[in-house]
Amino acid sequence: MSMDRRQFLKIVGISSLFGLGASAASATYPVIAPGLRPDQARTKKNALIAKRWAMVVDMSKFKSEEDIKKVIAVCHAAHNVPDFGNIKDEIKWIWKEPFKNAFPGQEHDRMSAEQKHLPFIVLCNHCDNPACVRVCPTQATFKRKDGIVMMDMHRCIGCRYCMAACPYGARSFNYRDPRPFIKNENKEHPTRTRGVVEKCTFCTERLSIGKMPYCVEAAPQGGLVFGDLDDPNSEVSKIVSSKYTIRRKPELGTRPSIFYVIGG
Amino acid sequence: MKIYNKGPIFLGIVIFAAMALFPIYNNFGKVNAKPEPKTDTPAILEWEKLNGKKECVEPKAFMKTEHMHLLDQWRDSVVRDGNDLYISSSGRSHEMSLQNTCMKCHSNKKKFCDECHNYMAVKPYCWDCHIKPKEDDKS
Repeated sequence: MSMDRRQFLKIVGISSLFGLGASAASATYPVIAPGLRPDQARTKKNALIAKRWAMVVDMSKFKSEEDIKKVIAVCHAAHNVPDFGNIKDEIKWIWKEPFKNAFPGQEHDRMSAEQKHLPFIVLCNHCDNPACVRVCPTQATFKRKDGIVMMDMHRCIGCRYCMAACPYGARSFNYRDPRPFIKNENKEHPTRTRGVVEKCTFCTERLSIGKMPYCVEAAPQGGLVFGDLDDPNSEVSKIVSSKYTIRRKPELGTRPSIFYVIGG
Repeated sequence: MKIYNKGPIFLGIVIFAAMALFPIYNNFGKVNAKPEPKTDTPAILEWEKLNGKKECVEPKAFMKTEHMHLLDQWRDSVVRDGNDLYISSSGRSHEMSLQNTCMKCHSNKKKFCDECHNYMAVKPYCWDCHIKPKEDDKS
C-alpha cells in the first residue's frame, strides 16, 4: 500500500485521538496503585512532631573519647550498621572528625590544642536544601515534611549520585552484603542489602514512638540537643539564638540543621 | 521418498523429544501438592483464645489477594509520610511494620510466606533487608 504525506498525517492524527482515549482509561484504572486513604493511616498519639528537626552539638560536654565512642556504638548497634573492619568499605551514620576536617578553612595554627585535637561528632546534616535529594534519580532520598532527609531503601538503585553530591561525606555505600558483619542484629530494625546507600535518619522510628534519637540519649547531658528549630521555645532554638554556633560548610548553601556550639 | 541417514535422524528426534518432554511425563499422574499456609503459631492461637476467632489486620479474603498491595502501601506510608499506625476496616489500629507486626503473629515464615510464594514461583526480596523470624530448619 502506498501512502502520501496527507494520508499519513491523517492516520497519525486519528491515532492520537485513541491516545487521548488511552490516557482517560489510565485515569480510571491508575497504573500506580493509590496509597492509603487519610482515614487509614496516622501517627501514634505520643509521636514527636516538629516543623524542622535540628540538633545542637556541644563538644565541651563530652569529657573523653569514651563518651564519643559510646554515642557511635549505640547508634550503630541499634540500626544494624555493619563493621567491615576496613576503611574502604566503612559504613557510618555518626562518626568523629577532627576540627580541620569538620570545618575546613576555619582552622588556624594558633588554635588551642584542645580544640585542634578533640574530635567533633558529625552526622548527616539533614540540610534544609539537601544536595543529595536534588540529584537522586528515583526519589529514594527525599526531605520529609518535618525536615528530616530520609532514605527509602526500597527505591535506592545504588547509583551513588547522592554520595557525590553530599559535601559532608554523610553517606555510605554497601559494597558488600552487610549481614555477616553485623555483630548483634537488632531484630526490631531491618538491615540493608548490598548495593544501597545508607545514612543517619534522625531516628524516625524513635520519634514516632515519642522518644529522642539514640545518640541524644547516649550523649552526656547537653552534649547533643535535639528539637524543633521552627519552635522559638524549643531548647535548640534557645541555644542557637543565644550562643555562638557554627555549621559545616555554610558557604555551600545547603543550610544544615546541625549546629555546633563553639566556646561552651 | 528416500531419507538419507534414517537411523541417526530418528534416534536424534527420539532423544530430543524425550528430553523436551521430560517435565511433562516426569510429573504426569503425580498429585501436585497444594500450598497450605499454616496459621497455627503460638501468637495466633493466643489471639484466637482471647478473641474467639482468627483474624488478620483485614479480612482473610482481602489479605489473600491484596497483601502485597497492602504491604506496599504500608511501606510508603511509614517511610515517606511518617504515618506508622494503620486503621483497619474494623477500626482496630496496628503498627505498620513487616518485621514487628506481621511476623510477630506469622512467625512461621516457611509454612506461611514461602508455602505459596514457592508454589507460585514468586521471589519477594523482603528478606534481603528485613530480618526474618528465627525458625528451626526442621519445620
